[in-house]
Amino acid sequence: MPGEKNIILSGSELTRVFGFGHQKTVAVDHVDFNFYESEIVSIVGESGSGKTTLAKMLLGLISPTEGEVYFQGKQRDIRTHAKKQEYWKNIQAIFQDPFSSYNMFNKVDAVLLDCIHMRGGRKLPREEKAALMAEACSFVNLKFEELTNKYPFELSGGQMQRLMIARIFLLKPKILLADEPTSMIDACCRATILSMLMNLQLETGMTLIFITHDIGLAYYVSDNIYIMERGKFVESGSPDDVILHPKEAYTRRLINDVPKIHEEWDLSTV
Amino acid sequence: MAEVILEVKELTTKYVTRYRESVYAVDHVSLKVERGKSLGIAGESGCGKSTLALSLMGYYFAPLHYTSGEIIIDGRKITGMKPDDIRKSILGTEIAYIPQSAMNALNPTRKIINFIEDVYEAHDPYKSKKEVYELARGFFETLGLPPEVLQKYPVELSGGMKQRTVIAISVILFPKVLIADEPSSALDVTSQKMVIKMLKNLMEQGFIKSMIFITHELPLLYNVTDDIAVMYAGQIVEKGTAKEVVLDSLHPYSRGLMGSIMVPESGLREIQLASIPGVPPNLKYPPFGCRFAERCKYVRPECQAMSIPLGELEDGRAYRCILPEKELREIYQREAYQNAR
Repeated sequence: MPGEKNIILSGSELTRVFGFGHQKTVAVDHVDFNFYESEIVSIVGESGSGKTTLAKMLLGLISPTEGEVYFQGKQRDIRTHAKKQEYWKNIQAIFQDPFSSYNMFNKVDAVLLDCIHMRGGRKLPREEKAALMAEACSFVNLKFEELTNKYPFELSGGQMQRLMIARIFLLKPKILLADEPTSMIDACCRATILSMLMNLQLETGMTLIFITHDIGLAYYVSDNIYIMERGKFVESGSPDDVILHPKEAYTRRLINDVPKIHEEWDLSTV
Repeated sequence: MAEVILEVKELTTKYVTRYRESVYAVDHVSLKVERGKSLGIAGESGCGKSTLALSLMGYYFAPLHYTSGEIIIDGRKITGMKPDDIRKSILGTEIAYIPQSAMNALNPTRKIINFIEDVYEAHDPYKSKKEVYELARGFFETLGLPPEVLQKYPVELSGGMKQRTVIAISVILFPKVLIADEPSSALDVTSQKMVIKMLKNLMEQGFIKSMIFITHELPLLYNVTDDIAVMYAGQIVEKGTAKEVVLDSLHPYSRGLMGSIMVPESGLREIQLASIPGVPPNLKYPPFGCRFAERCKYVRPECQAMSIPLGELEDGRAYRCILPEKELREIYQREAYQNAR
């Protein structure tokens, strides 16, 4: 049960405002949350609800206008670059667009080698590094021998996204933030990517934060769902409560708008 | 027997690459769409869905080339017509085609009404601008779109509104067939629903007589179209009504696709998600025999030895597999039983 577990990441009154005066938009509006160790959380919302801004704040890519992020009970300190690097050993991300997530000039083995170095494996003998990389690749059903001399843009979208998971396998962070990891991929590869992420979560026991607009996906994978509307969490709880018995009108609308198979899809409510 | 609006017989088209290699992206595809019916085309990316849509227009430009087969619209054969004739007398009036992400291709320096004027200029040049405006206004009102949109620039519209405007422009001459290629995949769920509602509305009010809807989202197809055809590597592997294909699919590939559906319904969390391992074959060198054989769980030695025809069942269903229907059903039943244990 989440109640017995330790809180790994939490936020209090987290706010981010863009612009000022007339153009002031509050992207994330005084959000409080507690994410527990080794649970799968989903943050669901429409486009423009502030999901990605929240993700960027959690990663430390942009600073919050107000509020604080607490990591393992302590206030997060990322004021210097070295401290940021230290923080990023614990929290990693997979982004929506695998095509723009890689350095174009690095070959695949350099991408993976970087991860080994980041985990303090710089002094390992070459064979051991190769073995680690091959293990990571085989975890995501890629063939390391075929990939070593390729650039990331020579791979297909699905392969790139799997390479991303191989990186996470090597890095073994405590928290993985997946920002729409499957929205650029078609339905049948989506299942592959998802099952790999879930396996990885089982193996390493990390906290997995899914940010998605796909309610079906959120319902399938998560232990806890947060529904986000205009920068605020309007509803949260276990997936069965939130998806099958939604309380808020916004949640109900979101669920009704998804095409269903066994239930009727009501077109008259738009 | 309902009237057949669009009939496609053994259509084959190919892409010719720079090195003169042929890629048969649409390979002997036969389809039939009746009046008032809609057909959905499903398949993973790269299976030839969009090329099929492009080929159905009858208007080919390099690198896409026509090879063989026939397209008949309302009794009129359009394959073999001159490209200019097709452009003048078929496109827009008989067939309307909405390409993928059409809404992002609107010229940002022109108002919506200008696009409609363009359509009329090509097809009915004697109409004055005022008449066109009145017509467009009336048409937009019947479709439930605010007529102010006509005087706006594309950048002023939201994504869902832009997509609905694009659809309205493309059907303003009341074509017999509308081909919509992923019209809603870039939109969020609410705008998607509005687009679907509008398409259904168009069909019900008789502005278009039939529709071909292309997407990789199966739950959506199931709710929108009457029939579904599943494509794999340029071929149709299964055809049938939406209910049959989604709830009771026969071909192992369509079965695999259905296994990856995630809809927020009770019971989803108990299902083991299935995925199909491997990648589709390179269509430059299509495998002899069954194209799905490499990724198929139930593959047999005979599968790769002979090319497999699309076997038709009595009730209009068809699937492309070497195994007879009874045997396939037995396999699936056994599997379901094992999963349940």
